[in-house]
Amino acid sequence: MKTKGCTERLYNGLIKENPTFVLMLGMCPTMAVTSSAINALGMGLTTTVVLVMSNFVISAMRKMIPDKVRIPAYIVIVATLVTIVQLLLKAYIPSLDSALGIYIPLIVVNCIILGRAESYASKNPPLLSAFDGLGMGLGFTLGLTSIGIFRELLGSGTLFDTVQVIPEDFTISLFVMAPGAFFVLAFLIAAQNAYRNRKAAKAAAAGETGAYSTAAGNGELACGGNCASCFGAVCAENRGKLAEKQAAVSANSAEPKGGTKA
Amino acid sequence: MKEMLQIVLAAALVENVVLSQFLGLCPFLGVSKKVKTAASMGAAVILVITVSSAVTSLIYQYILAANGLEFLETIVFILVIAALVQLVEMFLKKSSPALYQALGVYLPLITTNCAVLGVALTNVQENYNVLYSTLNGFGTAIGFTVAIVIMAGIREKLEDCDVPKAFQGTPIVLITAGLMAMAFIGFSGLF
Repeated sequence: MKTKGCTERLYNGLIKENPTFVLMLGMCPTMAVTSSAINALGMGLTTTVVLVMSNFVISAMRKMIPDKVRIPAYIVIVATLVTIVQLLLKAYIPSLDSALGIYIPLIVVNCIILGRAESYASKNPPLLSAFDGLGMGLGFTLGLTSIGIFRELLGSGTLFDTVQVIPEDFTISLFVMAPGAFFVLAFLIAAQNAYRNRKAAKAAAAGETGAYSTAAGNGELACGGNCASCFGAVCAENRGKLAEKQAAVSANSAEPKGGTKA
Repeated sequence: MKEMLQIVLAAALVENVVLSQFLGLCPFLGVSKKVKTAASMGAAVILVITVSSAVTSLIYQYILAANGLEFLETIVFILVIAALVQLVEMFLKKSSPALYQALGVYLPLITTNCAVLGVALTNVQENYNVLYSTLNGFGTAIGFTVAIVIMAGIREKLEDCDVPKAFQGTPIVLITAGLMAMAFIGFSGLF
């Protein structure tokens, strides 16, 4: 039973609620570090390590942390873990540290970390939470690396900085520059929208869209709705609105598995 | 003097915080529907980032670096920024209600803006002193404001356009941002 729960968490993070492709979380690092596959992989794994530890620690302390100060408490925990990881990277993989630069400390404000702390680790036991973090982290790594491979292949014609697949004369260097990141992401979301539109047309289960999705219906949210409260508390009104929506959804569907995560 | 101007311009245009460093994307995509709100958001960001870069730089130089505690920068900065935004909000509420009315809604949003922490960390990385850090923060925030206001202007026009269904919403905004980023690459020849 227990191992089943853990593998379910891994599957959930990697496929079902993939943070990059499905939840659209942590877009800032996704765009910033995916100009090469190696950097993307490094960033993904670094985030995974932080996520596993933060989920474990927060879950273990969930009964000790008063509800009112939970966000600051989470931030301090996450910031501590990020600092530890950053120091380890500086000591053992300095090349990765210098390649990722300030994006490593910026993991603190990555929405995935606080999002998982809020929505999963604060309500579930440590082991499951750690596996949730592992699943989510690996899902994030998968997303980053595939975007990274795509951009690197088109932009500089190499695979993981080693094999020159496309001759240098035929590469589109725009893809490894900043605009490429915007374009790739735009097409990724557009593809997702097309898929969703088709799905929505098939089944008019409009209430089923997750709270964190970028569905057009979330346009009224102050932050555009694509960074599940970037920082835990992006704004109280967003969360109020989401809570209202979720309440409405769960009131509509009689069975508890309403598709919302709360 | 020349060097100061260079820092501000480089931070605002060449190294634009949104379009070339991808920081602060959430407000950039979220609060850029109307030019007026975008400009207010920009003003709030200018205020917060300038003050926070000055404060974090002071803290880093005179407390952290002076005691060999550089490794605490991430924890200290994030807490200081969160507290600072609250403080700025309270101060504005008391001292200038008109300004508070205009910017109030946007202030809490900014705590969550990774650009604020990003600037503080860049200042440390570049070894800027307090004055240069403040200027760098100011320039970065100006860059953010320029980008978000231009974006809002384009989005107001985009509303009349017939965008393919799948591209409506975030995708078309990202494409626009990509085109803007291409334009901003042109500034890299400035220095």
